Amino acid sequence: MREFRYERADDVDGAVALLAGNPSGAFLGGGTNLVDLMKLGVATPDLLVDVRELTSAEVTDLPDGGLRIGAAVPNADLAADARVRERFPVLSQALLAGASGQLRNRATTGGNLLQRTRCGYFTDITVPCNKREPGSGCGALGGPHRNHAILGQTLEGPGTCIATHPSDMAVALAALDAVVRVTGPDGEREVPMADLHRLPGDDPSRDTTLRHGELITAVDAPALGFPSRYRKVRDRASFAFALVSVAAAVRVDDGVVADVRLALGGVAHKPWRARVAEDALRGQPATEAAFTAAADAELAAVAPLRDNGFKVPLARNLVVRTLLDLAEGSR
Amino acid sequence: MTTIDRLVGAGIDRIDGPAKVRGTAPYAFEHDPGEPIAHLAVVQSTVNNGRVTGIDASAAEAMSGVLVVLTPENAPRLVGELSSDLPVLQSHDVHYSGQIVAAVVAETSEIAKAAAAVVDVEYDAQPPDVVLTADRDDLYAPEQVMAGFATDSVIGDVGSALAAAAVTVDATYETPTEHNNPIEMHTSMARWDGDSLTLWDANQGPHTIVRDLATGFGLEPAQVRVISPYVGGAFGSKAFAHPNQILAAMAARVVRRTVVFELTRRQMFSLVGHRTPTIQRLRLGADADGRLTALSHEVVEHTSTISEFAEQTATCTRVLYAGANRRTTHRLGRLDVPPPTIMRAPGETPGMFALESAMDELAVALGIDPVELRIRNEPSQDPERNVPWSSRHLVECLRTGAERFGWAGRDLRPRMRTEGRWLIGTGVAAATYPTRRRKAECRISVDGRGHHVVEIDGSDIGTGAWTTLSQIAADALGVGMDAVELRIGDSRLPFAGGAGGSTGLASWGSAIVLTARELRRRIDDEYGGQVPADGVVVDGGVDGASPHAETHSMHAFGAHFVEVRVDQDTGEVRVPRATSVYDAGTIVNAKTARSQFLGGFSMGVSMALHEETLVDPRLGHYVNHDLAGYHIATNADIGELDISWLDEPDELANELGLKGIGEIGITGAAAAVANAYWHATGLRIRDLPITPDKYFRELGLA
Repeated sequence: MREFRYERADDVDGAVALLAGNPSGAFLGGGTNLVDLMKLGVATPDLLVDVRELTSAEVTDLPDGGLRIGAAVPNADLAADARVRERFPVLSQALLAGASGQLRNRATTGGNLLQRTRCGYFTDITVPCNKREPGSGCGALGGPHRNHAILGQTLEGPGTCIATHPSDMAVALAALDAVVRVTGPDGEREVPMADLHRLPGDDPSRDTTLRHGELITAVDAPALGFPSRYRKVRDRASFAFALVSVAAAVRVDDGVVADVRLALGGVAHKPWRARVAEDALRGQPATEAAFTAAADAELAAVAPLRDNGFKVPLARNLVVRTLLDLAEGSR
Repeated sequence: MTTIDRLVGAGIDRIDGPAKVRGTAPYAFEHDPGEPIAHLAVVQSTVNNGRVTGIDASAAEAMSGVLVVLTPENAPRLVGELSSDLPVLQSHDVHYSGQIVAAVVAETSEIAKAAAAVVDVEYDAQPPDVVLTADRDDLYAPEQVMAGFATDSVIGDVGSALAAAAVTVDATYETPTEHNNPIEMHTSMARWDGDSLTLWDANQGPHTIVRDLATGFGLEPAQVRVISPYVGGAFGSKAFAHPNQILAAMAARVVRRTVVFELTRRQMFSLVGHRTPTIQRLRLGADADGRLTALSHEVVEHTSTISEFAEQTATCTRVLYAGANRRTTHRLGRLDVPPPTIMRAPGETPGMFALESAMDELAVALGIDPVELRIRNEPSQDPERNVPWSSRHLVECLRTGAERFGWAGRDLRPRMRTEGRWLIGTGVAAATYPTRRRKAECRISVDGRGHHVVEIDGSDIGTGAWTTLSQIAADALGVGMDAVELRIGDSRLPFAGGAGGSTGLASWGSAIVLTARELRRRIDDEYGGQVPADGVVVDGGVDGASPHAETHSMHAFGAHFVEVRVDQDTGEVRVPRATSVYDAGTIVNAKTARSQFLGGFSMGVSMALHEETLVDPRLGHYVNHDLAGYHIATNADIGELDISWLDEPDELANELGLKGIGEIGITGAAAAVANAYWHATGLRIRDLPITPDKYFRELGLA
């Protein structure tokens, strides 16, 4: 590991100012991903600004029945929060489907959103990776890539990247229309979850739309008011990243889909909000046929690779089954 | 005086348990060498086949705290000839990705790693050749396969028998490269005092490590001491010396200080071996009643360009079932991969997956219950050696297991049971592993107060040997365990072979029993039954194999029954329950034995569903070289395991009547899971692991 400076600030503005003046610095939250990447030489910040005590570690009520989640709230606390469990089961379930008990105790809400892909080419500095080393190529495209993206990849050119975003929590927050509150050198702003993460485009080195020095201070989850669920399929029963996951919420009135939220994990460079499927479903009967047609409509855009074509039927089945289970429950 | 058989068999708690739980049992990294320790980090090759053409270590050498950078240019020459990848830094040639091409010794591990990261290495490299296929034109037959078995065996005429058979199975099974990942990474801490070397080390047998160190550095064995009282798991990866021992000793000599080299988890995937991938074609022929007339098991596997490790994959097919016409073969491809090595039950583990899957397919083809099919093919004697069994109770294992599991009434047809979206099936497979004994020496001394010291260079790699050997000694000496002080894990102790091949208790335990017997005889004959005030010391042991090994075939057996659930939407696989029954002779400690069986079976579930090292065919490296990418079963993947054993000592095997239990549990386990998967889904997965993608592949959807 390379030597680095470690600093603490008195407040959020101080932390932002420290980092804004240092282009290769990084904020340190729980460190569950960043410190690993530093040990591997993948991340080489020369300054760490510890923000663990600068942002809120509390979950507070919003006037509309939603919740404001401080960026320093540990994943374990958020998953266990009674209000989260009652109002947003999808969020609690997503958190509990990720990592391990020990990691969830340590990992923060803000840090979870900003974790990096676990692509084996990204985490190994001896092989090519456009995300880690722009222009070096995408090692995964020609190597084993069973657990890589089927949607929104960049398949040629210097931006080639087929990595997936690893967070479960982010998939749930995407479905919930959460809003990320950010403080940066230019002040505060709000970023809808759907706009926080980006597709690789021509620059896979950038995971998010955040600018250097911007710090996530909180995440607002607006009121939902209907049943939700997270379901994750992985290679083993625990402690593995998703092959495909789905965050879903659906309101069925008189057998008709009145409202629906759907996001997929494990399929793209970002949590994949399935708006095509949502649009196809609203006003349709809550039937297996309609759910299947909606899933197929969303998945019409897939570009499966040599090893990961199974994710297409898996994602379809997972969407249909999760919506059916939710619709059954709300009848 | 008669032996009071009171401790062997009991479920006694591990005597080292409290120290391990408190963290006071010293592992290799945790010993105090008596002086400040320097730390070693390595630079590893990024090519598979080529030559180092230049190394620029100037940036590393300039770093504060760096003591030396060793390269093929300046590394001391080893004296004696070492094989495989043990001649560390002795040549510029590169044979596999991850080979050590330079090493940094520094004041701290952080400095050593940072300096290693800035050593610049240039290569002249050829494209890697790392993919094993059955149609390579360079496959060859080794002179023999591991453990001294013949490469091929041919009895009768398999081809004619298959052509004449009422029912046949012809299927090819594949197992992937797998890596041992014990909790304790390989660690070696070396200190020189003049020309004497002390190595605190994680291994499966200190005497084995002494041999290679003495050879490499031109020393007498007495000049080398290897100390390894506690080892945090091994599974075969610590059976032999690897580059870590040689390099730590070499570096310590250069910097004239104690040097420690602890592998990183990632280095576990290149420097300490792996299980070869296998491609196995099984052909079985049977008459209409299911009696086997032909068995053919053809194995293709790999080894490295610098060593020959020929896994004895088909040997299980030479012993398990009757049948007049038989053939087994092993062919190797030499690839640009690190040297393969032992991984729990090498040979039987991949071989039994293929054989026991094929037996299930035969049962399906015949419409016969797979338990019944196995019973109908029970051989009355070893079907290839034509000698009697020392003991064999496979049929009783199958029948007892079927009873315990609730096998009766099982529908032979697949995909007949569901619960919600789960498809439910059950499967069976047999288990087998050879029973052997190796040379072991022992010294027992007793003082005038009745305190016994039992010395033998056995190893406890997590098996419970500290406890089981103490039990054996106490019984053999006719005293309580509190009157026995056991000393193991140190090459200064009397010679013993390493912990491997499930031979530990058979060898060390027999040595202890025979030595204790001689001690008691001498006390009776020479001292009138009273230990003299200045005590008695006796040296004893066993020379090697059982005197009955030539005239009898000796094996442990077992049967696994498994329930598998497969989600019909997602292909997720769960193993909610399993029953295993073992014929393993005398069980020395009911508690640690259960743990061994449980661990072996769980590793088999892990093999069936999770474990696979992925190689990049273009870049030549192992892609998923950490525990995030290389999946091992978690607690959540292991359901209720019902483990039991038959009370059937094998009187011919050794002094204790035991058969060894370290490896039997994993054999057959993966086949039982795959067979149950077929019963649940109707889908036959012949290439492990059975991950969700293969469900969709078999359905033709991906």
